[in-house]
Amino acid sequence: MDKVISAENLTLSYSDNEVIINKATFSVETGSFVFITGASGSGKSTLLKSLYGSLKAKSGSLIVGGVELKGVSTSKLNLLRRHIGIVFQDYKLVKEWTIERNIMLPLVINGYDRTVTNTQVESLLKHVRLNHQVGKYPKELSGGEQQRVAMARALSHNPILILADEPTGNLDDYSSELIWNLLEGATTQLKTTVIVVTHHIPEIMKINFKHFHIENGRIDEVH
Amino acid sequence: MKSIKNHFSLVVALVSILFSIQVFVIVDRSIEAYKENLLESYSVVIVSKSKILEKDILSIDKLFLSMSELSPDEVIAKLHTGMSKKNIELLRLTLPKFYKLQLKSYPTIDEIKVLTDKLLMNKSIIKVENFSHKIDSTYKLLLLFKNIIAVFAITVFVVTTLLIIKELKIWQFNHSDRMNIMRLFGAPSWMRSAILFRLAITDAFIANIIVFILFKYFSSSNWLLEEFQAIGIQLTVFNPLSDSFSLLGIAIGLSVVLALLIALGHKEEV
Repeated sequence: MDKVISAENLTLSYSDNEVIINKATFSVETGSFVFITGASGSGKSTLLKSLYGSLKAKSGSLIVGGVELKGVSTSKLNLLRRHIGIVFQDYKLVKEWTIERNIMLPLVINGYDRTVTNTQVESLLKHVRLNHQVGKYPKELSGGEQQRVAMARALSHNPILILADEPTGNLDDYSSELIWNLLEGATTQLKTTVIVVTHHIPEIMKINFKHFHIENGRIDEVH
Repeated sequence: MKSIKNHFSLVVALVSILFSIQVFVIVDRSIEAYKENLLESYSVVIVSKSKILEKDILSIDKLFLSMSELSPDEVIAKLHTGMSKKNIELLRLTLPKFYKLQLKSYPTIDEIKVLTDKLLMNKSIIKVENFSHKIDSTYKLLLLFKNIIAVFAITVFVVTTLLIIKELKIWQFNHSDRMNIMRLFGAPSWMRSAILFRLAITDAFIANIIVFILFKYFSSSNWLLEEFQAIGIQLTVFNPLSDSFSLLGIAIGLSVVLALLIALGHKEEV
């Protein structure tokens, strides 16, 4: 099976004094669903940042989507990010834009024409059950609804990889279930690789997944 | 309201720059016009032992425009009392030749010195009267005024440019979230910063319109025209087409360059 992520002796740190991830070697196969767990401050989000190129590796190799991220140029990194969908705990929606405009952002960046963009946004709003909220701004929606907008945005451009950083951390049970269903759907229906950073693996998961646990700078595959 | 305040700050800064530039242009134009006036009544007189040709003198310096011989009749008329006709003719022949030189542009004191030295290198020329003492004190005052305005304009330019940079940084801060989100999805720099450029160019247009209205009003005001007429010059205070295009170019150019610097300096939040 093809690997969408491949890390070898990967070391991550924000300063010379403190190493967050120490010489980790792991890989993620295309179309798989991966959970990354660990205690607060263990380096889960740091690892995720390195996967979308926001944090450069101190040493070792990290290849995502066929691109070596160590020393990658800005333009190459931008091209890679156009094939990645990201979901954050705090949603990271543009508050001055309507939810449709937020969802279409990756499509606009990827240069899709207006017709395709509009059709895709309409379809995604139905998919995340927000078609009744058209024209609204993020602040007019609940947290769960905002996260569904973020999910729709992450799915809009059919990415090869979705990275989610504690996507249900601020949500109630109902909204959390919807988000997990959407993430599962991305893997089962679109064959997208999904990597989720979380404290606890939800019990409602119906699909097979891989589980990495981070502790003391080490990344271990649990099962 | 906050957005209007942000626009207001940049527009005011740009208006200050454009205003000071146009004031400098007007001062420069008025000095040039005044120089033209002075030039009409200024000439250099040379005294020569023998007849000299205009082409020989004009070739000495490109600042010379034309040369004409001055008639000695007036001098002779003052001396002729009691002189015979023959003696007067003899006197006419022995008198040196006088020539008047017109210049292409009004010279500076240094240029006059150089011209005088060059003319005196011609062995026929025995005296050059350059009337340097007549270089108008009003003209010197205008030159001083021009230099002061130039210093003022440069100071305004530097200070307001710093203000604009500060203002654009505030914009960048205000749009930072959006720019970071766009960056996460791989938006190129120009796309992330498009809003900065759009705002900067809009404000450049607004500033230009304000300056256009101000100078259109000044240029049609009688008091200003009367002031210029009082010192004997006529000039275009503000050319609605060429001046406003130049100012618009400066405003857009400056805003875009500064927005570009801010956009390039934007770092991803880790």
